[in-house]
Amino acid sequence: MSNREPVKRGAERQRSVEKPAVDGAAASAHKGAAKHKVDFVAEFKSWVRHNKSTAKQSLQRLWLTPLPSFMTLAVLAIALALPGLMFVGLKNINQLSGEWKGDPRISLYLQKTLPAEEAERFSQKMLLRTDLAAVELVTKEQGLHEFQRISGFSDVLEFLDKNPLPAVVVVQPLDNKKSVLTALQQELIELPEVEDAVLDMVWVERLASFVRLANRLVLVLGALLALSVLLVVGNTIRLSIESRKDEIQVAKLVGATDAWVKRPFIYTGFWFGLIGSFIAWIFVEISFLLISAPVGQLIELYQTDFELQRLGFMDSLSLIGVGVLLGLFGARLAVGRHLREIEPQ
Amino acid sequence: MIKFENVSKRYPEGHDALRDVSFRLNRGEMAFLTGHSGAGKSTLLKLIMLMERASRGQVSIAGQDLAQFSRDDIPYHRRRIGVVFQNHQLLFDRSVFENVALPLHISGYDEEDIGKRVRAALDKVGLLHKEKLNPITLSTGEQQRIGIARAIVHKPQVLLADEPTGNLDPALSEEIMRLFMEFNLHGTTVLIATHDLALVSRMPYRTLTLDQGRLINV
Repeated sequence: MSNREPVKRGAERQRSVEKPAVDGAAASAHKGAAKHKVDFVAEFKSWVRHNKSTAKQSLQRLWLTPLPSFMTLAVLAIALALPGLMFVGLKNINQLSGEWKGDPRISLYLQKTLPAEEAERFSQKMLLRTDLAAVELVTKEQGLHEFQRISGFSDVLEFLDKNPLPAVVVVQPLDNKKSVLTALQQELIELPEVEDAVLDMVWVERLASFVRLANRLVLVLGALLALSVLLVVGNTIRLSIESRKDEIQVAKLVGATDAWVKRPFIYTGFWFGLIGSFIAWIFVEISFLLISAPVGQLIELYQTDFELQRLGFMDSLSLIGVGVLLGLFGARLAVGRHLREIEPQ
Repeated sequence: MIKFENVSKRYPEGHDALRDVSFRLNRGEMAFLTGHSGAGKSTLLKLIMLMERASRGQVSIAGQDLAQFSRDDIPYHRRRIGVVFQNHQLLFDRSVFENVALPLHISGYDEEDIGKRVRAALDKVGLLHKEKLNPITLSTGEQQRIGIARAIVHKPQVLLADEPTGNLDPALSEEIMRLFMEFNLHGTTVLIATHDLALVSRMPYRTLTLDQGRLINV
């Protein structure tokens, strides 16, 4: 919709309205600039008026063919809801991995035979080291308690006459460079009190690369689904253009500009995008209602302070905004390609 | 008002629709354009409407050379011309009123103005009482008159008609012709393409005759 259209139309309307059948050939050339300005305002008003009425009529037209319109909207809604859901899923995963990120730790599993006092002394020895930022001792008893609390296997553990868990010293190295960490891990594992030293980094790294992969996947799938939205809108509009071919020809013959002819189809794309993405939003919200109960149970089992993220206000707005943009763009594509080909015969 | 200077039109397939046509139609004049079908009448009208462009020569309307008009200028050019077709080209998905109002909506008139002008145009063709009907329910003659009302509703400087009486019986044809004469009396330049020679001979107007793309009498 070009900006200069009202101006040009203004100029023409002056020509056609000011000097009707009684041809005053060059009369309009003598009209003053003031008249032109008034005409521009009038033409802008008429441009706004046409936009309003076209928007309304395009919406009404969707209702004229309820079934095909509904089918198209359902396809759009699904194509928009899927990336919406994946996006929120990703947000939740990011939140989880964010909790787990932090600094890498090395867990030192002490020899099971090591008495409690020896473990205590070992952890104090660790505290004196200058290359560690923090040291935490988890005694056999603490470990057992924690295990009972988290796992829910307290009954099973009562059958065991001896605590099977080793004491653990969790140390947090100062230097987070990978080479330093592995060297430190090697050094600590050599200590006589230590049975095994596990670098938590591996886990964190794995999770991080999984999250990266998931992000990329969502991006690719989202792009594919956005493309399908474009194609669905484009094709629907193409069919609509075909079915209104006569009208377009007549309109062009009586002086309709390309912008005027395009406008109803652009609005059709707008409505498809808006309504489609609104339905998609409802789909996403319903999906979350459906999974929130099982997720809640899962969270309870894991005893984390994880909170299920839903589509917030901004995300909802983005979803609908993307839908509208895709609708407009799809319409634009179809209109640009097909309207030029329809000329009066 | 309408000036053709050595205009030729050759279609891409190699068919010469117009050969070296020159004539001039003055402001406020009315004329007939006759010839067998395929003689080039429709092509000549299409050149005026810029539905086609001349291969050679110059077509000018109101002193403006149409070759200078870009694609973007075409709509504004067409707004000063009214066209009537043999097959009337009415839209059956809307009322008579909406059909006639279409050129005014396109030119951006406001609703009140549109109402007045459409009713005035329908009144002129004697169909004011049918404004709310769907044109599909009207007779052929009535449909043709609606087509005329649509062509003149925006008070064009030039009125073109392509076989406007093609499907009508002699009495109805006379009636339609009288309408064109009336618009001409109000100053509109009128050019009517028709092969109804009997009708043309009864009218006191200039006749341009095309034969295989050549103008044989001016």
